Amino acid sequence: MSSVLIKNGRVIDPANNIDATLDLLIENGKISAVGTALTAPEAEIIDASGLLVTPGLIDMHVHLRDPGLEYKEDIISGTRAAVAGGVTSIACMPNTRPVIDNLAVCRYVISKAQEQGSANVFPIGSITQGLKGEILSEMGELKEGGCVAFSDDGLPVVSSEMMRRALEYADTFDAPIISHAEDLSLVAGGVMNDGPVATDLGLKGIPWVAEDAMTARDIMLAEFTGGRLHMAHVSTKGSVEMVRQAKARGVRVSCEATPHHFTLTDEAVRGYDTNAKMNPPLRAQADVDAIRAGLADGTIDAIATDHAPHHIDEKNVEFAIAMNGIVGLETMLPLTLKLVEEGVIDLQQAIALMSCRPARILGIERGTLGQGAVADITLIDPDLEWELVPEQLYSKSKNSPFAGWKMKGAAFKTLLAGKVVFER
Amino acid sequence: MNFQHRHVLGIKQFNAEELNFILDTAESFKEINTRSIKKVPTLRGKTIINLFFEASTRTRTSFEIAGKRLSADTVNISGSASSVVKGETLEDTARNIEAMHPDIIVMRHSASGSSDYLAARLNCSVVNAGDGTHEHPSQALLDAFTIRQHRGKIAGLKVAIIGDIAHSRVVRSNINCLKKLGAEVVVAGPKTMLPPGLEMLGCRVAPSLSDALEDADVVMMLRIQLERQGKSLIPSLREYSRFFGLNENNLKLAKPDAIVMHPGPMNRGVEISTAVADGPQNVILDQVENGVAIRMALLYLAAGGDKMVEG
Repeated sequence: MSSVLIKNGRVIDPANNIDATLDLLIENGKISAVGTALTAPEAEIIDASGLLVTPGLIDMHVHLRDPGLEYKEDIISGTRAAVAGGVTSIACMPNTRPVIDNLAVCRYVISKAQEQGSANVFPIGSITQGLKGEILSEMGELKEGGCVAFSDDGLPVVSSEMMRRALEYADTFDAPIISHAEDLSLVAGGVMNDGPVATDLGLKGIPWVAEDAMTARDIMLAEFTGGRLHMAHVSTKGSVEMVRQAKARGVRVSCEATPHHFTLTDEAVRGYDTNAKMNPPLRAQADVDAIRAGLADGTIDAIATDHAPHHIDEKNVEFAIAMNGIVGLETMLPLTLKLVEEGVIDLQQAIALMSCRPARILGIERGTLGQGAVADITLIDPDLEWELVPEQLYSKSKNSPFAGWKMKGAAFKTLLAGKVVFER
Repeated sequence: MNFQHRHVLGIKQFNAEELNFILDTAESFKEINTRSIKKVPTLRGKTIINLFFEASTRTRTSFEIAGKRLSADTVNISGSASSVVKGETLEDTARNIEAMHPDIIVMRHSASGSSDYLAARLNCSVVNAGDGTHEHPSQALLDAFTIRQHRGKIAGLKVAIIGDIAHSRVVRSNINCLKKLGAEVVVAGPKTMLPPGLEMLGCRVAPSLSDALEDADVVMMLRIQLERQGKSLIPSLREYSRFFGLNENNLKLAKPDAIVMHPGPMNRGVEISTAVADGPQNVILDQVENGVAIRMALLYLAAGGDKMVEG
C-alpha cells in the first residue's frame, strides 16, 4: 500500500469550491483525505509550499496522430508533452490513419496509452465513417469501447441532414457531438483571417462568417434535436455570442476556446510565419476580446489546445501550402495563467476551465480532488519564469508561434493516479 | 545616397527617398536602351538567375534584357523546367541554385510571401518579380517612372486604379509606392473584387467607376484574369465591361491630359476598349520600355553596383 502526502500547498479544487492551504493524502492512487495538518507516517511527503495543488488538467482537444502519422507525434510523445504541461487527461481527435471510427482503432489508442503513455487518453470517435460525411460511425459500440464524444474535427459535417442525425443518434448513447464549424464554400481556399492584414499580405482570407454560419446551423440543429453539441475552438465574436444566447434559451450547447485564439491576433501572421497558420485562423482583436469575455462570464466552458503537431517539413514552406495547426499541450497552462494575471478570469475559473468543466462535457470522472477521486494532480509553480524554446518541447513537433516567449507558471510535478509522471 | 538594401522584396521596404533614388538611377540607365550598342560593362562577371514559377513573358524578358544590357550573365529557369515538378521544395530548389553562386535570383512565384521566404534562407540577393497577390515592386516602380515622365511629378496627382483589387499584386505595390510619393490613390471595382481594409493601406474606395475617374490624372486599368475570377466574382465579361471597362466616353471624366496605363496583358474590349488602348492618352508601351530601365536600376542596386569600386 503506497501513500503520498502533499503538504502545505494552495489547493484549488473548483469542483468542490475549495481554495485554501491544505494537505492532501493519496492512498492506493486515490485521494483519501483533504484537510489541515494531516499526518501519515508511512507516506512519501511532497512539500508543496508556494505551489498550487490542482486537479490534473484536462485538454479535451488534442491530435495525437497515432496511428498512422507517428512522424508528427505518437501516443508516447504526446502524453509526455501533456504531463510536462500539467495535463493528465486528454481527449484525442479521430483524424488518424486509420480513423477512429471502429472499435479496433479505439482499443488500440486506449491500450497503447495505458501500456506506454504518461497520461489518460480518452478517444473521440468520428461522427462519420472515414470522416467522409456519408455514413454514421458505430457510436454505440465506440462509446462502450471508451470513446467519450464524436467529432469529424478538421472537417465540418457538410450535410445538415447528417448533422441532425448525428446529434440525435449520439444522444441515444448520451455522447456529445463536437462540431468543427466551418462553411467550406465560404472558406474558398482562404489561408488566414480575412481582414486588413490578409489584404496587406496578399493572402486569401477566411471570413468570420465561414465559422458563424455553421455555428448558427449547428446550434439550430441542437435546439431542434435536443442533442448535445459542443463547439470546438470558437474563434469569432459571433460564435461566442451565439453560444451565449443559445445557452440562455436552454439549448444543450457548450464550447471551448484555445489559448492561441485568446492570446494572438492575425497580426502574428506578418512575416508569413507558418506557425501562426491554423484553422480556425487567428482573428481580429475584437474576436480575441469577445473570447476573453466569454471565458470570464462562463459562456465558454473549456480551454482546449487543439494540439496539432506537424513536422518541420510541413511548416518550412510557402505560407499558402503550410499545414494548419500548432502544438499547445505545453503552453496551455502559462497562457491561461496569463489571463489570470491580466485580470480576465480568476484562478478558480482558470483551473475549472482546464479541469472539472471539460470533464463534465466529456462525462469522465476526472477534474476533481474530492475524497475517493483518482489522484490525478498537478502541482503548479505559478511564479516560475521560463522561455519557450521549441527544441526543448517534449512533443515530437516544434510548431509553436510562442517560440522565444517569456512564460510564467509551469507544472512542477504531475501525478497520475498518485504516481509522479513528470517533475521539473 | 547610401542604398542599404540587398534584396528587393516589395515597395514596403523602401521610403520615399529610396524610391526616388531608384527612379533617378533608372533615369540614368534609360538612355543606354536607345544606343546602337546597348550594353555597358557595369555588372560584368555577375550571374543573375531568373527563376520563374509562373508564366510571364513581359516581366521575364524585361529582367533578362536588363541584366544583359548591364553585361551580367543571365540564366532563365521556368517552373515547368525546374525540379518543382519532381516534388522538390522551394527551399531545396533555391539552395541548389545558390550552390552555383549566382549574385541575384529574380523570382516570380504564385505564393504570397515566397520572396520573403527565399530571402530569409539565401545569402544571394533576391529580387521579387511578383509573389502571389502580394507585391510586384518593379511594376510599381516602372509605373511611377512612367507617371513622372508624362506628368513631371507624382505628388498631388489623383491616380485611379480600376479592376480586381483583391487579387492584384500590382495594386498593392502601386498603392504603397504612389502613397509614399505623395499621390492620392482611388480604387474602384465590383465589391466582389474589393478586399477588406483598403483604407488602411491608404487609398480611397470609390463607389463607382465614374467617381474614381473624375478629374483623375492617371487611370490605371487592371487585367481581368478570366482563368482566376471567372467563376464567382463577376457574372460575365460583358457586364464587367459595361460597368468597369474604360472607353472613350467615360475617359472624358478624367482630366483632359490624363494618361491611361495598363500593366498588361490587355483584354481588349473587356477592361479597356481598343480605342482607348491605342488612343492618344495611352502610355502602355512607355511602361514596357521604362520597365527595362527600372529593372536595370534594381539589379544594379541589388548587386551593390553603386558601391563597386572601378579598377
